[in-house]
Amino acid sequence: MNNGKCLDLSFAATESEASSGIAQLSLGLAEQGLPAHKAADVKIALAEAINNVVEHAYADFTSAQVQVRCRLHNNWLEILISDTGNPLPGFRVPDGIPAALGSTRDELPEGGFGWFLIHELTSDIHYERENGCNRLSLRFDFPDPPDGKKTSQ
Amino acid sequence: MALTSITTDATQIIKVHSDRIDAAMAIQFKEDMRSEAEGGTARVVLDLTSVEFIDSSGLGAIVASMKQLGNDRRLDLAGLHPFVEKVFRLTRMDTVFKLYPTLDDALAATAD
Repeated sequence: MNNGKCLDLSFAATESEASSGIAQLSLGLAEQGLPAHKAADVKIALAEAINNVVEHAYADFTSAQVQVRCRLHNNWLEILISDTGNPLPGFRVPDGIPAALGSTRDELPEGGFGWFLIHELTSDIHYERENGCNRLSLRFDFPDPPDGKKTSQ
Repeated sequence: MALTSITTDATQIIKVHSDRIDAAMAIQFKEDMRSEAEGGTARVVLDLTSVEFIDSSGLGAIVASMKQLGNDRRLDLAGLHPFVEKVFRLTRMDTVFKLYPTLDDALAATAD
């Protein structure tokens, strides 16, 4: 049992730092060997989770940090996102019911998809609040790695 | 956020010159789309060929851009990168917009 490959990143909780942090993490995970077919799922879920921290957990904070810790194993990836902002409502992971599309153009939702996407794209979500710190852990399983003999890129 | 626009007879093509539309640029994108599309043709094609990633805020900004065109104009999307297409599919927004793999496909489809 090994501890997997490590990729850690910490950045200021602003939208622009989050934007480049997400790009950097996604690139780093690809370099570490995250299977290409999981790349989209991981990047989308990671972006939604980090944006939630910046926009909601740190809504009334002027200066704050987001910490992301990735552990890549052969068949799964675990990402731990930590912050010291507001807890999730009710100290639990939101259900993630997608916003209804409505029946007219004016009714179309412009938000409310974040937690839905995180639920759709992850294998497991775990949240805990401890000593003023939020710890959200996202797990992605990829049980069928492509054949190692494959040489094409 | 850089947008450029070309208008052929019946279609305005607005191209996004950014590799992402995310929370950091969603509001600016929506505002830029408003001024770029102002007074244009009934059909607007948003060329997303350069965009490799959107998040739900970026998606919301594209939805808002369509709404602000009003009911007499339509917004079609072209050149969707697989990551971008996935966000549209998961949120079922692929049923709201017409999505074309390339800009050429979008322009060839003017008949419908």
